[in-house]
Parts: sequence; structure tokens; C-alpha cells
Amino acid sequence: MHRALRWWPIALLITFLVAPYSALPVPGLLDGPLGSPGSLQLLALCLLYGALATGYDLLLGRTGLLSFGHALYFATGLYATDLGMLELRLPFAAAAVFGVACTVALALLLGSVSLRVTGIGFSMVTLAFAQAGSILVQRNPGGVTGGEEGRSAPADLLPSGLLGIENTANLYWIAVGYLVLTVAVVHWAVNSPAGRVWEGIKENERRVEVLGLRPYGYKLVAFVLSGGLAGLGGVVYLLLTGGATPQAAGSDATLALLVMVVLGGSGTRWGPLLGGVLYTWAGHRLGDLANSATIADLPAVLRVPLSQPLFLLGTLFVAVVYLLPGGLARLPARIRAARSARAVRTPAVVRTARPTGGTPA
Amino acid sequence: MDTVVLLSCTGLGLGALYFLVASGLSLIFGLMDVLNFAHGALLSIGAYATWWAGTEAGLSFWLAVPFGTLVGTAAAVLLELFLIRPLYSRPRDQILATVGVGLAVPALLMGVWGADARPFPQPAVLSGTWHVLGATVPVNRFVLVAAAALLLLALRLFLARTRYGLIVRAGVEDRAMVTALGIDVRKAFTLVFAIGGAAAALGGALGGLYFGSVNPGQGTGLLIFAFVVVVMGGMGSVTGAAVASVCVGLVQQFANYYTGAGLGDLSVVVLLAVLLLVRPRGLTGRLA
Repeated sequence: MHRALRWWPIALLITFLVAPYSALPVPGLLDGPLGSPGSLQLLALCLLYGALATGYDLLLGRTGLLSFGHALYFATGLYATDLGMLELRLPFAAAAVFGVACTVALALLLGSVSLRVTGIGFSMVTLAFAQAGSILVQRNPGGVTGGEEGRSAPADLLPSGLLGIENTANLYWIAVGYLVLTVAVVHWAVNSPAGRVWEGIKENERRVEVLGLRPYGYKLVAFVLSGGLAGLGGVVYLLLTGGATPQAAGSDATLALLVMVVLGGSGTRWGPLLGGVLYTWAGHRLGDLANSATIADLPAVLRVPLSQPLFLLGTLFVAVVYLLPGGLARLPARIRAARSARAVRTPAVVRTARPTGGTPA
Repeated sequence: MDTVVLLSCTGLGLGALYFLVASGLSLIFGLMDVLNFAHGALLSIGAYATWWAGTEAGLSFWLAVPFGTLVGTAAAVLLELFLIRPLYSRPRDQILATVGVGLAVPALLMGVWGADARPFPQPAVLSGTWHVLGATVPVNRFVLVAAAALLLLALRLFLARTRYGLIVRAGVEDRAMVTALGIDVRKAFTLVFAIGGAAAALGGALGGLYFGSVNPGQGTGLLIFAFVVVVMGGMGSVTGAAVASVCVGLVQQFANYYTGAGLGDLSVVVLLAVLLLVRPRGLTGRLA
């Protein structure tokens, strides 16, 4: 039984892969049946954000770098691919390579600057860079980025198998593929020799230095790898939503990734994935909930906070930080620990009770 | 010439606004190692409280500003007591908790008063203009600069001359040592949070004067530039923050005017990158 349970990721993957063929209704969780285009689109977004959070955790949970500018690399992959097609008239595959290459180059450049400061300084500098990127996209230099409205991807340059509502399953499979790739790359990188140094940096950077290693280079590798994965995620996002919008570059996008990772459990293999899926799903469902009639009928004291998804998510985030340190992924271990602590305590109670009960004999 | 004067005055006004936010941020970070992401939310609370008192409650502007500052201070103290204090042993989680508050409060303000900007009450005395060296400059710029200068002076006097200022300065240097000497640093934490919250809320109230309106996203927008100021000035240094905020405000205004809208914001970030390459520890050379 235990051995069979160890294969659950494979079983889950197979479930994900065959989901488009299923017409299973999932009331409450999804609007339509599992295989309908709307549900697949939402599922694909969930998996995409799960993968993005997993890539982001390479910095946060594995190397201990609190970056507040991760959305910049996601947005670079998104916009560079889109503009590669629109402005340079590249075919989609070439544009995707161009987009990821741009992201890696930008991550290398900005990472080498921002890693010169450590700790919280690094967080603030990455935030400033991401904000600059967000402003640049919104100001629409030369009419290239499309400002507030963004630019939609050119249909003539996209492969026909990725267009239209009847091909949503293909996009969904691409999202699954991206997720598998991200999880594999992160798993491989964390178990590589560099991954052990990252763990050392996370625990105590000074001691890594004392061992004769330069943390700067290792941190830069983690930064660029994580940025590159985010750029690839931007390409998948472009396919899924059919365009690039400035919301992808905003600081809220990075904070959302942070919430996902912390919700799921940073530094664990499946935690960020779980957090990303749950957050994205909750974000969509809360949006529906906010517009629903049940909320509209409530008194103002309850209606106003409940109709703001960001308020609910912010409050949820604070609650998770307080009540669930380590996130959802550590929850089973915590319950087990609490249970075994109780199991230890119970015999002690019995032992103290026995003398009083046993004296008459 | 008059353009340069006008740009300088506006840049100084903006810099003063940045200083009102960044001084508290810098002190809080220097003493407690907490990067307060909710500082923008405190500014928004101050701005909305002032706006509410000035319009819906019908107070005069001169009563509305102290009211807004008081509400912001109270919010900061509550934040420290109920959210930051239980997490003293988990520094990373303190930051994350403030991130959550920073998301929730603007959303709540948006839920209550809507996403649109609300026009801010402008008293007649402050809505005029002054003629300085041939340029026509709105009076509210000078109000901001005066408030920031007073705050800088008050903070320096507080840090240099009072017993609590001494504890705060010592705590910025070495918190463990201060605790080892038998001084309860937690009181200083709450105090610094109260000062920072008051400064941010005052910034919100006067920022409403500067921008002419209040909106829920204002605090978060200013917060990012305040972060830049804090990093450039050297974390934990009030004087460094003052110098850096003047630089950032001036660079932003001049670049926005002479090179095109939006490039001013970018040039600030470029300035930050260059400074980090040359002096990774900021202007005052404090450890980051």
C-alpha cells in the first residue's frame, strides 16, 4: 500500500493528461464538466501558476532570496514573444526562443546588479526594477507595448492547432508539459551540487563564504534559472490568453506568486504547486462569488469586504502566515506531530489515574 | 529659468513626500529588520481619514490633518502590537504579514469608497501660488517641504537628545546588546512604529494636497519610490533618507520634463542601479 502511494505524482499526471477526454461534472469546483473548454482553460491557468510558483520557489524557498520582481521576467517572456511575432514577424517557435533568450539576458543583467546587495536590500532593488518594467510597459514607448490594453497575439503566425476554442485541450496539454518541465528542472537543480550550495546559502551565507565558495555566482545561477523558467511561463501564458496585458508586469503579480508559495509551503517540492493551483482557482471563484446574488443581499458590513477578492486574499495570506507556518504542504506533518504528542501525553494521564482507582483492592 | 525653479520646487515637494514615507520605513527597518510593506497602506489610511474628516465629517482642513495623522498612528500601533509582535522570532514571516496587510487595506478602501480618485479638500490659504524668482509655484509644495524639514529636525532632536532616541539609535547599531543591557526594546519597537505611522499618515494627508485627490492605490505607488530612497540613503539612516529623497524627487521631475513622461520614473531606477554598482551600501555606507 505504501509503495503504491509513492507513485501518486505519476497517477496525478495521468489524471491531468486524460482530463480533456472526461465529461465528469465537478459541481462547486468548476462551472462546466471537466473536459469543457472553460474548465480546461481555468485548469491550464491553475497549472501554469502552479509551475510559476514552483520556479519562483527556487529563489525564495531554496536559496533564501526574497525577490519582489519575479513578474518582470514572466512579463518579459510574454511581451518579447508577442512583439517578436508582431514587430519582427518571426514564426511562433522562433519568437518563443527569442522571448526566453530575452528573459535570460535580462535576468542575467539585472540579477548581477541586484545581487550586489544582500538581504532586504535585494528585495527592494528587485521590486524597483520590476516597477520600472511595469511603468515602461504601461507608458507604451513608440506604440510597441500597447499601453493599458496590451497587444493580442497575431493569429496568422500562431500554429493552427493552438487557435480557437475547440483546441483548448492542446493549450491545456502545453500547460501540463510546462508544469512537468518546471518540476523536473527544479528537482534536478536542487539535487545538483549547486543545489546543495543554495541550501547552504539559505541557511547561512557567511559559512558558505568561509568554506571558500563565492555565494554571488551561485545566487546568480539560481536567479537566471528561475527567471528563465518564468519567461517560458510567459510564452505559455501568451498562448493561453492570446495576448499580452500590462497586469502581468505589475507588482501585484509578484506578490501573488509570493502568496502562492507561502500558502503552499516554500522550500517543499509540491507546496508551491499546490499553492499556485489553489490561489488561481480561488481567485477565479472568488471573483464569481463577489458578483453573485448571495453576496449582493448581505448587509454592507459583510458585503463590502467580501466583494473585494484582494482583501480576502490578503487576509487569507496573513492567516496562513500566522496559523500555518510552513504552508499547506507541512500541514500533514504538523497534524502527525500533534497527534503523536497527544499519544505520548495520554498514557501519562492513565498512569496518574491508576493509583487512585486501584487502591481499594 | 522659471521652468527650472518650478521643476526644482515641485521636485523638492515630491522629495519631501518621499521623505515622510521613507523616514519611518528606514527607522523601522534599521531597528527591527522589518521591511514594512504595509507602510503604503498606513499612508492611504492617513489620506482617507483626512479626506473623510475634511469632507464627510465637515471638519476644517486644520483639524482634518491632525485627525488623519492620529488615525494613521493608531493603525500603525495596532499593526505592531497585533501583527508584528507575535512574530518577533520569525523575521521573514513579519515581512510576509505586512505584505498581506498591504494587499488587504487598499482593497478594503476601494470596497468602501470606490476605485475612483476622490477630490481632496483644499483650504483657500494653501490653494494659491507664490512667485519665486519669476516662477509661479503652488503653495502646497512649500507646505510639504516645511513639513518634511520639521520632521527631519524633530527626528534628529529625538534621536540625539532623548532617552528613547538613545535606545533607538543603540538598537539600530546592535539590538542584541541593548537587550543584554536589560532594556526592553519592544517599547522602542512600538514607538518607532508609531512615529513611522504618524509620518506616513501625515504624508498621506499632505499628499492629497499635492496630488489634489486621493485614491486607494496612491500609497502603494509611493511606497516603491520610498523603498528606492531607503536603499539609496542607507538603511536605518534618517539623514541619508533625507538626502536620497531630495535626489530622487529632483531627478524624477527634471527627467520627466526634459525627456518625456515615464522616463523620470525609469531614471530613478537607473540611478539606483548605478549607485549600487558604485556604493553597494548606499550613500551613508550602512550595512544593508
